[in-house]
This record gives sequence, C-alpha cells and structure tokens, in this order.
Amino acid sequence: MSTQARNTAGQPIAFVSAQALRARMHDAVNDAHLRQSFRGAMDFLMAKRAAQFPDEGELDSLRGLSEAIRQYSLTKLPDLLEQLEANLTRNGVQVHWAETPDEANAIMLDIARRHQAKLIVKGKSMVSEEIEFNHAMEAAGVGALESDMGEYIVQLAGEKPSHIIMPAIHQTKQQIARLFAEHIPGVDYTDNVDALIQIGRRVLREKFEEADIGLSGVNFAVAETGTLCLVENEGNGRMCTTVPKVHIAITGIEKVVEKLEHVAPLFSILTRSATGQAVSTYFNMISGPRRGDDRDGPEEVHLVLLDNGRSQAYADEQLRQTLQCIRCGACMNHCPVYTRIGGHAYGTTYPGPIGKIVSPHMMGLEQTHLLPTASSLCGACGEVCPVKIPIPELLIRLRGEANSAPHANPAMVGQGAGYDAKISLLWKLWARLYARPATYRAFTWLATRFRFLTPKQQSGWTAARTPLKPAPRRLRDMVKDRR
Amino acid sequence: MSSHTPGTPARTYPPRPEAVYFYATCLVDMFVPEAGMDAITLLEREGIRVIFPDNQTCCGQPAFTSGFPEEARQVVASQLDLFPGDYPIVVPSGSCAGMILWHWEKVIGADPALKARAAAVAARTFELAEFLLHVVGFNRKDEGPATTVTLHTSCSARREMGTHLVGRELLARLGNVSLAHHDHESECCGFGGTFSLKHPDVSTAMVSDKVAALKATGASQLVTADCGCMLNITKRAAREDQDAGRSKPSLPGEHLATFLLRRTGGKQA
Repeated sequence: MSTQARNTAGQPIAFVSAQALRARMHDAVNDAHLRQSFRGAMDFLMAKRAAQFPDEGELDSLRGLSEAIRQYSLTKLPDLLEQLEANLTRNGVQVHWAETPDEANAIMLDIARRHQAKLIVKGKSMVSEEIEFNHAMEAAGVGALESDMGEYIVQLAGEKPSHIIMPAIHQTKQQIARLFAEHIPGVDYTDNVDALIQIGRRVLREKFEEADIGLSGVNFAVAETGTLCLVENEGNGRMCTTVPKVHIAITGIEKVVEKLEHVAPLFSILTRSATGQAVSTYFNMISGPRRGDDRDGPEEVHLVLLDNGRSQAYADEQLRQTLQCIRCGACMNHCPVYTRIGGHAYGTTYPGPIGKIVSPHMMGLEQTHLLPTASSLCGACGEVCPVKIPIPELLIRLRGEANSAPHANPAMVGQGAGYDAKISLLWKLWARLYARPATYRAFTWLATRFRFLTPKQQSGWTAARTPLKPAPRRLRDMVKDRR
Repeated sequence: MSSHTPGTPARTYPPRPEAVYFYATCLVDMFVPEAGMDAITLLEREGIRVIFPDNQTCCGQPAFTSGFPEEARQVVASQLDLFPGDYPIVVPSGSCAGMILWHWEKVIGADPALKARAAAVAARTFELAEFLLHVVGFNRKDEGPATTVTLHTSCSARREMGTHLVGRELLARLGNVSLAHHDHESECCGFGGTFSLKHPDVSTAMVSDKVAALKATGASQLVTADCGCMLNITKRAAREDQDAGRSKPSLPGEHLATFLLRRTGGKQA
C-alpha cells in the first residue's frame, strides 16, 4: 500500500508572508480551471443551504438561539472545561491539556508509543490539520491515514484541505481517478464516482481493522454529561471511534457547551449551514470506553484539549466572538474572495473568512497580517454565519491591530506587524484634511480646478480600470451657484 | 460590514418633513456631483427644503475600514455638529449611511456624551432610496421611452441598511422601465474601498465578473444608488471598452437619483 508512504509529511503549513500570499492569490485568480470549479461548487452549496432555510423567521430565531448558546458557553468557558474534564474522567475518558501544537502531538505520540502503534486511522479533524498531526506522526515512524473520503484524496495527492468541510473540493473526478489508479495497487482508471467511492471504502475498510488507534475530532463537548459529539456523513467517524482499541479525540477548548439540550439547535444549524443537509447521516455521542460486557468500542478513550492561541482571542471581549464558530464553512461558501482564489491560496489551515479571523491567533500577526485586508467587507460571511459572528467587524479590528505602532506589552502576538510608517503618515494627513472642513474645501477646490493634473496611474485602481478624475466643479459649488 | 443582520425589524420612518439635511459624501462631492445635485432636485421637487451643511467632508469610513480608528474618530468628531436641527439626514449612498448608522457611535470613543450625540445623528440618518420610497412616497409619472435597465445594490445598502428591495420598488414605479436581474446579483462588485487598491488581482476578478453579469442581461444601462460601486463597475467596463477599441460605452451607469429625475421629467437626457 502506497497510501501510508504518501501523505502530507514534509509539507509544513505554508508561511503566509505577504509576498507569498499575494503571489498565490495572483496565480489563483488567473487559473481558469480553479475559478470555474470553485464557482460551481460554491453556487451548489449556497443553493443547498438556501433550500434548508425557506422560512427567514425560523432561520433568524435559530441563529439567535445558536449565537446565545455559544456566547453563554464562552462566558462560562473555564468552569465548563473543568466540569467537562471531571465528567469525562468519571466516564473513564483520559483528558489531556495542550497549549501548543507541539504539546498536543507529544501527548498523542506518547499514547501511540505506549501502545506500540504502527497505524492511526483518522476521522475528519481540522484541529489535527491545525497541529500538523500527520506530519508529526510520520516523523516519529507512526502511520496516520485519513479515512474521510475527501481527506483521503487530499492525503493521496500530498495536499492540504482546500475547504474545512469539503477538503477535496478543488479536485475533479478525473484527477481523483488518476490519483487512485496511480496510488492504489490493482486499481484501473475510472472516473465513475460511485466506483471511486467503492474503491476508497474497500481500502479503508481493511485499515480500520488494522489500525491500533483511531483519531477523531469533536463537534460539541457536553460538560454536564461528559459526552463528545461527532457529526459526520460517511460512517468513518464511527469506525474510527469504535473499531481500534484506542480512541483519541482532539478538539479546541472552545467547543464545549454546558448541557446536552444545547447541542440540538447547534447540530441542526450546523448541517443545514454547512452542506445543506437537514441532518447528517451519522451523529455520534461518545461517553467513554467499552464497559463491562459491551461487545465493541475502544478500551481506552482520550481527549486532547488544544489552546493554540484561542485563549488570546478569549481574553478580549470583541475577539472572543471568533470562538463562537462551529466550523460549518458557510462563510467560505458565500465569500466572493474565497470563490475566486480557493482554499489553498490562503496558506492557512482554515481558509476563507473564518480563517482570516482565527489564524492570527494561532499563527501570530507577523505571518497573517495581510489576511484580514483580503476582504471587500461585503458582509456576506456575517450574514450567513449560523452563530452570528460579526466577521467584517473582526476583520476591521485585526487590520487595526496590525497597523498599530509596535509597543510594549501587546495584547496580540504580532501586534503592529503590518505597521508601515508611510501608510500611517498618509492616514494622519488624510485625517488632517478631512477633519478640518476649511482645509478640505481648499483641497477639493484645488483638486477639481487642477484636475488635469490627476495622475493617470492610480495604484491598484488603474490595474483594471480607467483612472478616476475629479469633476470640474464640486457638488458644493453647484449647490451655491444654484441659489 | 453588517452590524445587524437581515431580519432586523424594519426602521420606523418619520412623516414627510419640512426640511432635510443632505450629506453628500466625499465621493459625490468631488467625483459625481451631478448625482448629488439630482438627489437634491428630487427632494426639492417634492416640496422638501434641502440644507447642505457646508462643513461636511467625509463619514470617516475609508480610515475606519482600513484599520485606522483614531483617524476615523477625528473625522467623525468633526462632523457631529453639522445637523443641529431635528431634520432627517439623507445620504445618497448605502455605504456612507451604513457607516453613520452602525459605526459612528462606536468609532467616536468612550465619552458617553459624544456617543449619545452620534447615536442621535444615526437614528435620523436615511439612505436616499429608502427615504424616497418610505418617507417621500415617490410616485412620479415615467415620461421616458420604454427601456430595460439592470440594478446593482451595494453590499452596505443590502446588508447594513437592509434596503436592497427599495431600489427595485422605485424602478417598478416607473411605468416604462423594466428591470433585468443579473446573475449573482447579491455578490459584491469588488470595490471595498482600499481593498481595490490593496488587492487588485482579486478585486479585478470580482468587478470583471460583475461587469460580465450586468452586460449579459442585455440591459441598456446600469442603475445603482452607490457611487463607489458605480465608479468601480463603469470604470472597469470603460477599460474593457478601451482595450477592445470600442468607442461607445458598453455599460453606461447612472446613480439612481439621476435616473429617477431624468425619467420623471426633471432633467434632460
């Protein structure tokens, strides 16, 4: 099997330098194939979501409820995490805390070593992508195999997910057919989708039995009952969490809710917002390892709770709203920028609007300060967000954090990383001009009377447009003349 | 930039006032003054006195959205005293109206007295199209020949002001005008203020798609109530015309105010 040999190992998260980001965005918008496939896929997903919410009133009230649940949970986050730990421990689940990706990987590698694990089979987990789990395991000689079909395809291709819900959305069926034929022994080229899925299922079925450890993410962790909820469509999540002897779940610290009843509305709005499904095919509730005469289930269950910058967002009342996210991906489906550049161009684990507001906390603003500027602030993301995260406002806030002059004791890692003395001076001049009406009048009088001096090259504007030119006379002149 | 979300209860509109303040916006003042003039004429023709505060400059949005809140604050502070009377403030742009309505109170800082003043200004700020429809009850006879136009609603009008159906309704009141809807109508035109300068690749991709969708309707022209979008779209179309050697504009555009006035006999074509 070549699948274990080829994965994302050796591909660390792309460094999001401003230059690299610009180059990737440039390449992406000029890639006609990419443009066409993302447009088609996003149109499809938007239509599917819209069909799930025919009643705007119901959508509004469900969004309001979901926002309230997430905000309530975050308000009590430290207490809920302790309660979650206590109840999971009581249920026989071993709880681990990791501040950094390295710590999380070390914890899981330690578990793998204790069990002399050779193969870990994985359900879909964006947090595992966030910490480069596959890479860390491969480096230590432990195989990590994706079992979600999209993730499996991406792993075969040696790529990263381009969408948090549909990781292989950038791949055509022909590309997938070639991947399968190339990497899976005994498989001939077929671009019949059903046949491809059957091939993938057959390969993965063997791996579930062979694996020593199953890894999964968590959609909601219920503090009061010590329950881990997992939303999925392929059944691979259930296989990963029940067949191998050891199950490790990993999640960010923000995913906790207090009560079981808080899950129902979030689950409903998650699947409807994400894939336009009324309900997912599978909904798993995991409350602990195999008990007494249970006939199946893992003998050991672990939960790794990861911070990785989340507590930085948590510390600020406005930025805390970032943590309301339930990872549905609706913001990227509706984003005109994501639609045009796809997920890979961002260079972050989480692409699209949510990626722009969450990545700065995970990676620091040094690497990510240009991301929040890559938005026209059209508001489509905020409009569809099921938990009402004001994404555009947070983008503006992060732009401000990046622009601020570097100073001691910054509240954010990398604060001031986008500081440009020239740009800051320009805005200071702008404010002097526009905050002083007499100066403004003099400036606009000159700009209109001497409009023939307007430069023909106007930075990014004239890259694709004819130049802007002031009118011969201002509105205020026309108003005066008329009276 | 929505601070509110669709479904927010519709605003309460005042009865038709004796006078309004006209807050033209910096873009209209310097780049599209005729749109401002036509908006003023439309209001005056309805018997409403229009006050043009001479100290008006800009709503502060460019600095605010670019992440320079202090610079935005200074400009907003300079504008707070422009509207001493209790008249509605009419703005011929969804984007600037949205800035005043949703962000002035936050931008102005922590001082409760300033906040209260910003909130009071916000409460009586209306986008021109919604004002014409809901307060004025605009209903003039269409005197123009039969034509088909296409309408672009700015993201701010749509998502911050919740007025995306208002433009349609005003056009529907013109008997000889049919409206052609374009593909991906709710999608941004790619302007986004400094976004168009900072990310020209993506902005160009967005505006080119918008131009193509608008042209595909076969409409004779574009109508929009935001000058930012209008300049972005029409200057892109003009550039495409220039590159293709066309002398006649393939996608002429007009501000909604200009179009309404021209169609209802207030202005020569």
